[in-house]
Amino acid sequence: MPDQPTPMLQARGVTKYFPGTIALDDVDIDLFGGEVHALLGENGAGKSTLIKCLTGAYRRDEGTITLEGEPVSPASTAESLSLGIGTVYQEVNLLPNLTVAENLFLGRQPTRFGMLSRKKMVNLARKTLAEFGLDIDPAEPLTSYSVAVRQVVAIARAAEMSGKVLILDEPTASLDREEVQLLFSVIRKLRDRGLAIIFITHFLDQVFEISDRATVLRNGQNVGMRRLAEVTQKDIVTLMLGRQLEERIHVRSGGTAGELLVSADTLSKRGMIEPFSLDIHKSEVVGLAGLLGSGRTETANLLFGAVQSDHGDVKVKGKKIRLSNPRDAISHGFALCPEDRKTEGIVGELSVRDNIILALQARQGWSRPLSRSKINEIAEHYVEALDIRLASLDMPIRLLSGGNQQKALLARWLATDPDFLILDEPTRGIDVGAHSEIISLIEDLRDKGMALLVASSEMEELVAYSTRVIVLKDREQACELTGDDITTANIVHAITDETLERPSNART
Amino acid sequence: MIRTTHLPLLVTLGTFVIAFALCAWQYPAIFSTRVAANLLTDNAFLGIAAVGMTFVILSGGIDLSIGSVIAFTGVFLAVILRDTNIHPLAAFALVLVITTAFGAAMGAVIHYLEMPAFIVTLAGMFLARGAAYVLSTDSVPITHEFFSTLQDIYWKAPSGGRFRLIGGVMLLTFIIGAIVAHRTKFGQNVFAMGGGAATARLMGVPLASTTIRIYAISGGLAGLSGIVFSLYTSAGYSLATVGVELDAIAAVVIGGTLLTGGYGFVAGTFFGILIMGLIQTYIVFDGSLSSWWTKIVIGGLLFAFILLQKGLTWATRTGKRQSTGLATPS
Repeated sequence: MPDQPTPMLQARGVTKYFPGTIALDDVDIDLFGGEVHALLGENGAGKSTLIKCLTGAYRRDEGTITLEGEPVSPASTAESLSLGIGTVYQEVNLLPNLTVAENLFLGRQPTRFGMLSRKKMVNLARKTLAEFGLDIDPAEPLTSYSVAVRQVVAIARAAEMSGKVLILDEPTASLDREEVQLLFSVIRKLRDRGLAIIFITHFLDQVFEISDRATVLRNGQNVGMRRLAEVTQKDIVTLMLGRQLEERIHVRSGGTAGELLVSADTLSKRGMIEPFSLDIHKSEVVGLAGLLGSGRTETANLLFGAVQSDHGDVKVKGKKIRLSNPRDAISHGFALCPEDRKTEGIVGELSVRDNIILALQARQGWSRPLSRSKINEIAEHYVEALDIRLASLDMPIRLLSGGNQQKALLARWLATDPDFLILDEPTRGIDVGAHSEIISLIEDLRDKGMALLVASSEMEELVAYSTRVIVLKDREQACELTGDDITTANIVHAITDETLERPSNART
Repeated sequence: MIRTTHLPLLVTLGTFVIAFALCAWQYPAIFSTRVAANLLTDNAFLGIAAVGMTFVILSGGIDLSIGSVIAFTGVFLAVILRDTNIHPLAAFALVLVITTAFGAAMGAVIHYLEMPAFIVTLAGMFLARGAAYVLSTDSVPITHEFFSTLQDIYWKAPSGGRFRLIGGVMLLTFIIGAIVAHRTKFGQNVFAMGGGAATARLMGVPLASTTIRIYAISGGLAGLSGIVFSLYTSAGYSLATVGVELDAIAAVVIGGTLLTGGYGFVAGTFFGILIMGLIQTYIVFDGSLSSWWTKIVIGGLLFAFILLQKGLTWATRTGKRQSTGLATPS
């Protein structure tokens, strides 16, 4: 496999300059047909830039790219697709308003007498999707299917259209365990067909499960290619960070809880979450564990008033409060960092400074604007305290990397000096370095007396910082773990126990 | 099989059928070929323009220049036929080329300068209206005999309704429009753009040519609508058809096309036109109602359809929540 004489795709000395920086510095990469090649690196290491240079979305400044020995220089994604290089992006892949078949065949629809033939298209789509292990009705709108199915449809489309190189940019970011396996079976099938597959992800376990080799980028440079059979996760992480990272599995540091701060009593919302009661004390981190769709986000939103409960009430320090919208929550010292930071968190076009100051100013009201110097003082303080890496406070926040955006969002809420901080997936889609920084930040805040509720799908990190962990399952609280019971094994046990008894969840 | 995406079309169809039944129940005379023929003739120019507007709205855009382009076309034809000896057919061809190029130019500005369609076509609206004023501020009658020939073409239905040429032109426009929108690659690209331009680009949809063609179609059909309007009124007047673009938008939305793009049917627009025409017909039959009631009813209908679309979006969203599992063969 990797011993084949000519690589499917070969890049030599690819260099890309951005104003003020070198995004890619003399990067080489070899891809062989029939291999899954992981492309690894922290956010900002140059993964996406490299991908964009390969697919023609960016024009490289130097270097050569050869496809099956022939030099190529695609000027657009459409052109690279016609050359045989297909890409599946993490989010925007397919059109929600079209049917599955229309999405699959957009741009190369089968025709009859010059007109589109829907019947032919649906039949062809059914056949194609069956090869990928999907038995769905392609005439249905795309939105009637889950994210995992859509992702497979996107991969099927890219694979059918390209046929040589397939680039998967974080395809598993929003999938749960079972769905990832479905996706992996598709990837293996395509690998066996002889495609060269580039796989980008932040999940190292997945890298080791599916990939044959990995190329690691750091600061725009290729710092090494490894055969994964010969190395450990730690080797790869070391390569990515360029320094010995402290053990990924943190030492548990429980801490002791202070006085009762927030208590929810049989809070519920029909169709979202079953009634739950929850007490949160000062100086404690309550972890919310559970699979995708188990009610983690719903619990967080309910407690923040982002979604109105239809039963139960919330007390702060023993006093019942009205919680009909986020403004009420903020006025009681609540704060929420939402899960989907792109749509619910950042205001992309506004500067980092404005994003940080947003919640504080909103609480103050429009009639009492913060002074310019005060704003700068606050923004600078948090940029420094949280080590947000940016060129200037004036740059639009969308230009920051994922980890830095997340830190800026945290800064936004920390600026309001909350008593109760809700974090929904604070470490999703950010790199390893920022990951451990956010974890230690959570621990700091807890030690300073803040009450935190953290919903996360990463069990190791919950284990690391939680005082208590509540496991959610099927929109209900399944159990609560405290003290030494908090282990990943126990969480997994709590999640899976009943799932096994429910065959309806399994795929038929 | 009925899908949720077809629901707005069905609601439009249902609204028309019920409204027609109610009208016919109160005034049985409405149920005649005469009324049907007038409905087509009177709304021909609006219908043709609305087909173009459907494409624009399906792609997620808007075209505010339509009314002005219709007026410009009328004045242009009237002036050129008064002042020169060229045959009306040549004048038709010329004005269609001008209006199509005008639309294409707006499309190019929208795409290449990344300007909102609203602003660009608003500028187009003033330009076209201004050009019409420059040609003539007065109403210019068209007396060419070829016009009378065209106006005299009709098919007389058994019970007296006269189906005129311009109604036929509108029907043909709707049929061709429906085929292009729903049965061609270009049509699919229009829907793709309406679903999300950034995604469509990544999927290989040629945004530049699609955008330019969409606005060219809208401009060209506004030109055709202008020709039809000049046949309908036998005159060109620079103050005519003010606000017709808004009527066209109303017809498209009542026809079940989502104002934000991506969902809709050309056939729906046809029924949108018929519903609006029916309201006017009812008011004529009633005789005591002020014609402004047309606007009020259309306003109410528009509101109802916006609510319906909102409801449908909401319903599909909550439906989505429930099926977060793996592939479920349906």
